[in-house]
This record gives sequence, C-alpha cells and structure tokens, in this order.
Amino acid sequence: MDYSQFLSMPQEIGLVAVFLLVFLYDTFMSKKVQNALPVFTCVVFGLFTIANVFFCEESCSIFGGMFENTQATVAIKAILNIGMLIVLIQSVKWANSEYMTVRRGEFYELLLITLFGMYFMISARHFLMFVIGLETASLPLAALIAFEKNRYESHEAAAKYMFTAIFSSAIFMMGLSFVYALSGSLYFSDIAAMIFGESSTLLIVALAFVIAGVGFKLSLVPFHLWTADVYQGAPTPVTGYLSVISKGAAAFGFMVILVQVFGSVYTVAWKWMMYALIVLTIILGNLFAIRQRNMKRFLAFSSVSQAGYIMLGVVAANEMGLASLMYYVLVYVLSNLAAFGVIGAIENKTGKVMMSDYDGLRSTNPWLSFAMMLAMFSLAGIPPFAGFFSKFFIFAGALSTGDVALYVLVLIALLNTIISLYYYLLVVKAMFINKPGENGAIETFKSACSERLAMIVCVLGIMLVGIVSCIYTYLVDAAETSSALFNIF
Amino acid sequence: MDLTLLMYLIPSLIMFCCGVYGFITRKNMIAILISLELMLNAVDINFVVFNRFLFPGEMEGMFFSLFAIAIAAAETALVIAIIINVFRMAKNIDIRELTKMKF
Repeated sequence: MDYSQFLSMPQEIGLVAVFLLVFLYDTFMSKKVQNALPVFTCVVFGLFTIANVFFCEESCSIFGGMFENTQATVAIKAILNIGMLIVLIQSVKWANSEYMTVRRGEFYELLLITLFGMYFMISARHFLMFVIGLETASLPLAALIAFEKNRYESHEAAAKYMFTAIFSSAIFMMGLSFVYALSGSLYFSDIAAMIFGESSTLLIVALAFVIAGVGFKLSLVPFHLWTADVYQGAPTPVTGYLSVISKGAAAFGFMVILVQVFGSVYTVAWKWMMYALIVLTIILGNLFAIRQRNMKRFLAFSSVSQAGYIMLGVVAANEMGLASLMYYVLVYVLSNLAAFGVIGAIENKTGKVMMSDYDGLRSTNPWLSFAMMLAMFSLAGIPPFAGFFSKFFIFAGALSTGDVALYVLVLIALLNTIISLYYYLLVVKAMFINKPGENGAIETFKSACSERLAMIVCVLGIMLVGIVSCIYTYLVDAAETSSALFNIF
Repeated sequence: MDLTLLMYLIPSLIMFCCGVYGFITRKNMIAILISLELMLNAVDINFVVFNRFLFPGEMEGMFFSLFAIAIAAAETALVIAIIINVFRMAKNIDIRELTKMKF
C-alpha cells in the first residue's frame, strides 16, 4: 500500500492534529490552565481554518477511488470550518460555566470528531466510506445533545434524535443493499456504470430508500418530525451546530450520491421525488414556523424550510446548482449562527427563550437586536444582505436547466419566501415595536467578549458575503472541477 | 434441497418489516431498540446473501455487513446510555411519557 496517499488528504490530517492537540491539552495540562481550554481550541482551530487557504487544489482520487478531493470538496469543507469556528467561539462562555468544568474537554473532542465524520461524508466515493462518515457524524452528536446532564429536555431530545437517526440509517442501508444487488459494487462510479440505462422497479425502490434515509438527516418534510424537539432540547451551541454544519455536509453528500450514482434515473424518478419533497418541505416548514413561540423551535422550522431551498440546488443537477448549493450553505451558516448567537447570549444571561421575552429588546439591548434583525433579514432574503444573493443564485441555478417544471417549482419557492418574511418579521416586530410585557424587557446586559466576537464575524459576513462577488465566482470555479460528477447528464 | 436466494431474502424482508412495525407501535424504549436491531440485522443478511449468491467472486457485501455490525453495536451502546439517563430523570422508559416537548 502506498502510504503517501494520506498526504492527499491535508484537511483531514489537519483536523486530526487539532483533535489530538485538544485531547492532549485536556488530559495532561494542570488544573490551573484548564480554564484556557476553550480559548486554546478556538485558536488552534482558527489557525487550521486559515491554513485551509493553502491546501492543494488539484483534484485527486485516493484509496482506489474511495476518497476524492476536488476543489469543490475543499471549498465546502472550508465553509464548514468557518461555521465550526463560529460555533466554537460562541460556546466559550457556555463551556466556561462552572457546571461544565469537568466535561469541557469531551465537548470539544466530540465536536471535532463529528466534523471529521462530515469530511468523510463529503469526500466519500464509496458507500461504505459514506456510511461510516455518516455514523461518525451522527453518533457523537447524540452524545452532545444529551450533554446537559441535569436538564431533562436534553435527554428527551437525545433519545428522539438517536431513535430517528438509527431508523433512518437502517432504511438507508436497506436501500444500499438493493443497489448492491443491482450492481455488485459499492463504488459510486462503478454503480453508475452498471445501472446506466436501467430503470427497474428495484432501482426505484432503492432510490426511494436512499432519499428517505438521507432526508431524515436533512429534515426534509415527511421526515422532519424530530427536528423541532431536538433543537429545543439540545444545548444552544449544539443546536446551532446541528442546524448548519451537519445540514450543510449532508446536503453536499446527498447531491453527490444523487447526481453521480443515480444520475441515469434523473428524469424518470428522482427529479420528481425531490420535486415533491421540496414543495412539501418549504410549505409545511413555513406553516409550522408561524405558530412557534419558542425561539429555538421557531428556528428549527425555519431551518426545515431552508433545507427545502438548499435542495433546489440538488434538483438542478448541474455545476451551477452545486455552486449555488455551496454558496447557500455559506450564507445560511452565517445568518443562522448569528441568530443562534443572540439566542445563546440571552439564554446564558437570563434563561429566556420565548419570543414574547424579546418584546422591547431594542430599548435595552440595541446591538443584540440589531444583530438579530440582520440575521432575520438575511434568512428571509431581503437585499442587500447575503440571504438575498444566496436565494437569487439558488433560484438561478434551478432555472439554468431550462426545464418548465422547475420554473413552476421556483415560483412556489418564491411565493413561500413571502410567507417566510411574515414570521421572520414577527421577531423583528417583537424586538422593535412591541411594548415590553408586564415583567419588563430583558434588562440591559453586556454579553461575553467571545459571544460579541462571534456575532461581529456573523454580522460582517451577512453584510459582505453578498457584495464581495469573488466568493461566488470562486465557488463556481470550484464546482467546475467536479464536473466529472455530471458526466451522465 | 438447495437453498435459493429467495429463501434468504423473504425472512430478511419479514425481519425488516417486523422492525418497522415494532418501531412504530412499541411503547417501551428497550423494545424500540430491539426493533431497530432487527432492521439493521435484516440489512446485514441482505448484504451477505446478495454477495454469496449474485457476486460470489468478491467480498464487498461481506465487508459492508461486518462494518454495519460494528456500527450497530456502537449505536446500541449509545442508546442504552441515553435510555439510562432518561430513566434517571423521569423514572420511566415509556416512550409515551416523553412528551415534555411537542408541537
């Protein structure tokens, strides 16, 4: 075996190095400096994120084609790194609370391992590798959700997450066994070659199982029932992580599977399956979000409908779809984490998470309400914030195929943007227009310096990412390097 | 009598469907976990049987089921830990009682 192949996966090696450093620090450093562990993790991971710029960008395929790095995978991993860094900075305050002291190290180690699993999901070109990546990502997440040992909701959420996660992976693997029966291989490219031109019933069933399995992870609508409970029960930094990073990685992996493996049944089958899922996801996600009063549940349903928008890039099934999917994930990471940053800061200080608690927030905490307002505007897609551009590109990507059916789909998505505007503005209204309730508004407080730093990064991102056009150009170039995925079309 | 492919696939399918049925109808969390294990084991049988009958020259399906067994074991360990935690907090492992958060 050629061990120099490992050098072709610099991002994975870097992440393992970060993990080992954090682990050694946690295990061997004296009690006195243990309090610096969160800051240490942020710094090391920050350096790693910056180092991403220098990683090689030529495509390579290693381990007999099981693992592939292209410029597109490097780009999506860099996007996930940015999100991870923001989550790490946000969680410093929470991790330094007295109650977390003994288990702080585990929190960071588990977080880094889930990210490692997601890297494998993104780069895998073999189903065994993909399944291992998926499980490496989802098992530690269940432990993270159950992290607040003395809070009952945390355990309830973990139980719900774990049962649905195992159920979905069982369904997913059942689909894989059918795919294996049809093709005799688990390599993406071999399967695609074997099932080319075939559209047997077994293939369609396998496709439906695979879509259902990954749909659970992405919380597409018939499979979304766990989302709100888990988001509400999990600790807020973990909720933020769950809603953006794991969703982004799953979306990219999903697109690779659908396009590369099942590309030959695009028009016959999965275009229409995804079509139905997207319509349901966007509409039901929006309708359920309207009636939520808990901020975390509200953001859960908003993220369900955002997942529908992300899937528009998948259904386009071309380079432009891939580029706008990555761009959408980037913008979604920034705007959702800005919202979770504000929620987490308020929850850390006062323990309040209901929307009615936010009444009159502007008069007491103007900067927090400003950050929250920008996040809501960006999620709703109001120009000139980044959310507008990401929605624009994802619609443009879906339309670039010139398919009439997709025009209708984009119209439906567009109408739903207006509905979503209503509930995003409810939060803005609570903060800026509503009079404080009888208990008065949340008192003025100074959020921790780490929380402010994370919020500043997010807010700058929301304002600049849309305007700095070279980001999108870079992602388009990156997507072009993965054009091998789209050979079948 | 020679065993054919179908003779393995039908029990595995029945196992899978029993698992889905149990997952939906069972109230005890341990019973739900057992149903999930049934589903995962049905997948393993499928892989091994397809490998043995359709592609006897290769080992890919066998390897997949080996890994799937390991993953299933890890999942079980984690779920048991979570169930114990839930039991400590709620003194109950009835899934109908996990209703603090809904809608």
